[in-house]
Amino acid sequence: MDMNLKLKIWRQNGANDEGKMVDYSLSKVSPDMSFLEMLDVLNEQIINEGGEPIAFDHDCREGICGMCSLYINGEAHGPDRGITTCQLHMRKFKDGDTIYIEPFRAKAFPVIKDLVVDRTAFDRIQHQGGFISVNTSGNTQDANSLPISKHAADEAMDAATCIGCGACVATCKNSSAMLFVGAKVSQYALLPQGQVEAADRVRNMVAQMDAEGFGNCTNTGACEVECPKGISLDNIARMNREFFKANI
Amino acid sequence: MSGFLSSSIGRKVAMALSAFFLMFFLIMHIAINLTSLFSEDLFNQLSHFMGTNPLVQFALQPVLILGVVFHFVMGFVLEAKNKSARNIKYVKNNGAANSTWVSRNMIYSGLAILAFIVLHFVDFWFPEINHKYIAHLPTDPNRYFGELVHKFHSPVRTGAYVAAFAFLALHLLHGFKSAFQSSGMSAKRAVKLETASKIYAIGIPVGFIIIALFHHFNQH
Repeated sequence: MDMNLKLKIWRQNGANDEGKMVDYSLSKVSPDMSFLEMLDVLNEQIINEGGEPIAFDHDCREGICGMCSLYINGEAHGPDRGITTCQLHMRKFKDGDTIYIEPFRAKAFPVIKDLVVDRTAFDRIQHQGGFISVNTSGNTQDANSLPISKHAADEAMDAATCIGCGACVATCKNSSAMLFVGAKVSQYALLPQGQVEAADRVRNMVAQMDAEGFGNCTNTGACEVECPKGISLDNIARMNREFFKANI
Repeated sequence: MSGFLSSSIGRKVAMALSAFFLMFFLIMHIAINLTSLFSEDLFNQLSHFMGTNPLVQFALQPVLILGVVFHFVMGFVLEAKNKSARNIKYVKNNGAANSTWVSRNMIYSGLAILAFIVLHFVDFWFPEINHKYIAHLPTDPNRYFGELVHKFHSPVRTGAYVAAFAFLALHLLHGFKSAFQSSGMSAKRAVKLETASKIYAIGIPVGFIIIALFHHFNQH
């Protein structure tokens, strides 16, 4: 059955605007719509009424790219687990519901416009070591020639599923980025190819994380719960160990 | 190493290490206090030893005070930094959906414990320091039990102690396992740690509550 919804959405006309919550009403919302499709319909309504559409991030709409970034009814990616906002469907809501939609909040993620935030802080952290240096001159060793235990390979793969959406930062009461950085450090620390640069990687990535102004993890575990890819807190513990090893 | 201590992870580890130290101290403290439930003499002997042994008085005691001060100061510093990391708050935030109340409110349980420590120092530590090092009153190895029982005569003070220990339990419920996680140990890989965390976090404060209530209701 189609739904009528009340929407309270953060509108902010640029980085320097103060911004405020604006009320909208939207009728005939199909429960089969994705949340982003619902926003598309709302934007059409706003445009038809002569207003400026709401800016929000999206790209693949398949839960892979990590681009969508909404804080819905007080939770990153909304009231469901293991999904991004684009995978959230309107069947999760009821007719007559009021839905709060806000951008991810963190000093390190400044709002660009409306619901769009600047998450390039994550890119800058990645630039400090979220890779391995490989000589690609033609005599590169086949990665499969290195024996890697199934357990390590599985854990590295689990860490590597982080899509860098920033839900961990948005959810954490301290705006900490340690789940993201922990995942990026772990995915390489677990593999022989990554261990060569492990000490520099963790030192540099943590230094950049601190420089960006993210808060400090206090182990509430909220990030793990809200992470669309289920990145485990174990990655933070591993990053702590790696950081300790790199500094003694 | 200086880079380590000024980093977010270094501070987190330092916080955890001071927590381990304080949690070890609590075990020692309750072990001595529990003797007051069944042996006045043993309690007096142990208290006299702790109160007069130079190693305890001039080496361990200053380290303990430093540990307490460090844990509180670092807690406030980290809380202030964490608050500043989100300059605009959410209009609607559903913290209960993904984390426990105790984990989100360590600063408040910590503040309650700080208030208790002030009361505890006024009750026991300052009079003790005055007795031994300022007024230089005569040493009586059997005075400790009587002083303890006398302190718990007041229902208001006993109530304040019980309330403070409840806050201590809340603080430890998150703090115990969090200290292990911060120092790099995965809580998920050690189910026993979760159990140990609950036993410690509830057992220690309940022990102290029993001692306070026992002496309140057994006034001589």
